[in-house]
Amino acid sequence: MPNVWQPTCSMDMLRLRAQILDEIRRFFSARTVLEVETPILGHSSGTDPQLDFFTTEYGTPPLQRTLFLQTSPEFAMKRLLAAGSGSIYQIGKAFRNGESGRFHNPEFTLLEWYRVGFALPQLMDEIAELMAALFNGRRALNPAQRFSYQTIFQHYTGLNPLEFSYQDYCAYAGDNHIPEAVSICGQDHGLWLDFIFSHKVQPHIGENAVCMVYGYPACQSSLARINEHNALITDRVEVFIDGIELGNGYYELIHAEEQGIRFDKEAAVRQQRNRPATVKDKHLIAALEAGLPECSGMAIGMDRLLMVLANTASIDDVLNFPIHRA
Amino acid sequence: MASYSTNEFKAGLKVMLDNDPCAIIENEFVKPGKGQAFNRVKIRNLKTGRVIERTFKSGDSLEGADVVDVAMQYLYNDGEFRHFMVPDTFEQYQCDEKAVGEASKWLKDQDSCTVTLWNDAPLSVSPANFVELAIVETDPGVRGDTSGGGGKPATLETGAVVRVPLFVQQGEVIKVDTRTGEYISRVKE
Repeated sequence: MPNVWQPTCSMDMLRLRAQILDEIRRFFSARTVLEVETPILGHSSGTDPQLDFFTTEYGTPPLQRTLFLQTSPEFAMKRLLAAGSGSIYQIGKAFRNGESGRFHNPEFTLLEWYRVGFALPQLMDEIAELMAALFNGRRALNPAQRFSYQTIFQHYTGLNPLEFSYQDYCAYAGDNHIPEAVSICGQDHGLWLDFIFSHKVQPHIGENAVCMVYGYPACQSSLARINEHNALITDRVEVFIDGIELGNGYYELIHAEEQGIRFDKEAAVRQQRNRPATVKDKHLIAALEAGLPECSGMAIGMDRLLMVLANTASIDDVLNFPIHRA
Repeated sequence: MASYSTNEFKAGLKVMLDNDPCAIIENEFVKPGKGQAFNRVKIRNLKTGRVIERTFKSGDSLEGADVVDVAMQYLYNDGEFRHFMVPDTFEQYQCDEKAVGEASKWLKDQDSCTVTLWNDAPLSVSPANFVELAIVETDPGVRGDTSGGGGKPATLETGAVVRVPLFVQQGEVIKVDTRTGEYISRVKE
C-alpha cells in the first residue's frame, strides 16, 4: 500500500484541531477553571466492566510492576478536587483496549472538566455554552435540546426504560427487526437498554443540534449520584449531535462508602464476565473519605467533536495516525 | 472450520449464520461510552442473496463457512442441470436453476464464469462482468440514426433482453455489462 506513512487527516483538520484546543482553553480560562495534567500511566485503573485497559511493565525484573494506561483521567482529577484544587479541566489522551471502528480509536483525546458547586442543570448550561462557542462560525446548529432519558426512550420505542418488562421488551425486539436482542440481553435490564438505545434511539437524536439526555436509569448509573427526588434515575447526562455520542457527565457521587460498594459490584461483574481483574484505586477511596467537594464533571471525546464539527464520516478523518498507521 | 470473533469480521469474510453460508458486507462497532459494546453487521445470505442486518455482542464469534469462488467454464444445459468445468483440473460440477439464478440469461456455452462452492457444492454462479452475445431478434433500425437516445429492445442468443441503440441490427454481436444489464458496444467480428 502506497503512502501509509502519510496522515489520514488533511492539513486543514490539523489546523481545526489546533483552533478548537485554543478556544477550549480560552473558554475555561475566562471562567477561571484551572488546566491540569494528570498521569496517563498509573498503578490502578477504573473498574468499569465495559472498559478494557492496556497494561505495561515498569522497570526490569525482578523489580517489575504492572502499570495501567488510563481509560479516563477521572480518578486522578477527583483526587485533585479532594485536595482543594477547585474547578479544573484537562485535555489529554485516554486509552481503551479493543475499541476500534468508525467512531472509535483505542487511543483518543478527552476533554474532561469538573465544576465545584455545580449540579447537573448548571453543568448542562455550560455544555451548551461551550458547544455554542465552538460551533460558532463553523457550523450552524439548531438550539440545544434537553430530554430526560425516559421521555426520549419512550418517544422512540413506546417502552418504559425505568421498569423492566421482559415481555414488552421481547415483543418490541420482535416487531422492530432486532430479534437477536432477546438472546443477547436475556434478563439483563441494563443490557436491553444499551441495545435498544444504541440501535433505535441514539441514531435519531440531536439532528443538527446539541441534544442532552439526562436522568439515566439507576441501573446505568456508573459513578453518578442517584437523583434526590426519584431513586429510579441518576444525575447523569449524555451529549449527542447528529446521533453521535460525544460525552458523558455526572453530578458526582461523593460518598466514599457508596463508591466502595459500586467498585466492588463492578469488580464482581468483571469477574463474572471473565474480564481482566482491576486494581481498586485506594487513593481515590482515601480521597473520597477525606472529602470530595460537591461537584459535577463532564468528559467529551475531542476526536468525535471534530468529526461533528467538520461533518466527517470516520474518526480516521480527524486523527493524523489512527491505530493502523500509528 | 475456524471460528471468527466480531473483531475479525470484515467485508468478504464467509461465516455460518442460522445454518446458512453468509458473506459479511459491513461491520460497525457500536459502543455506548458507559455500556456494552456491539457489532452491527450487514451480512449477505449466499443461498438466498438476501442482505440482513444482525447485531452481535462484541467478542461473540461465528463459525467460518467453507465457501470458495472458482473460475469455471460453462459447458452445457442438459435440461435439468447446467454443467461447469474447472479448466485446470477438468473437474465438473452440475448446478440446478436455483444456484444458477439470474446468471442463466448471460451464459453461453464455453463462456468463463465464477462458481461459488459451499462445502464443494455449487451455491451460486456469477457471469463474467462483460459478455459478448449475438442478437437473435430486434426491430430493423431507422437508417442513419446514431444517437443514443431512445433505443429498442433486442433479444440475445441466451434469451436476455437488452436495450440497444436503433442502429444495432439483428445478427450483430454486442458487448453487455452483466451487472447492470446495459449495452456497452457493438463487437466487430
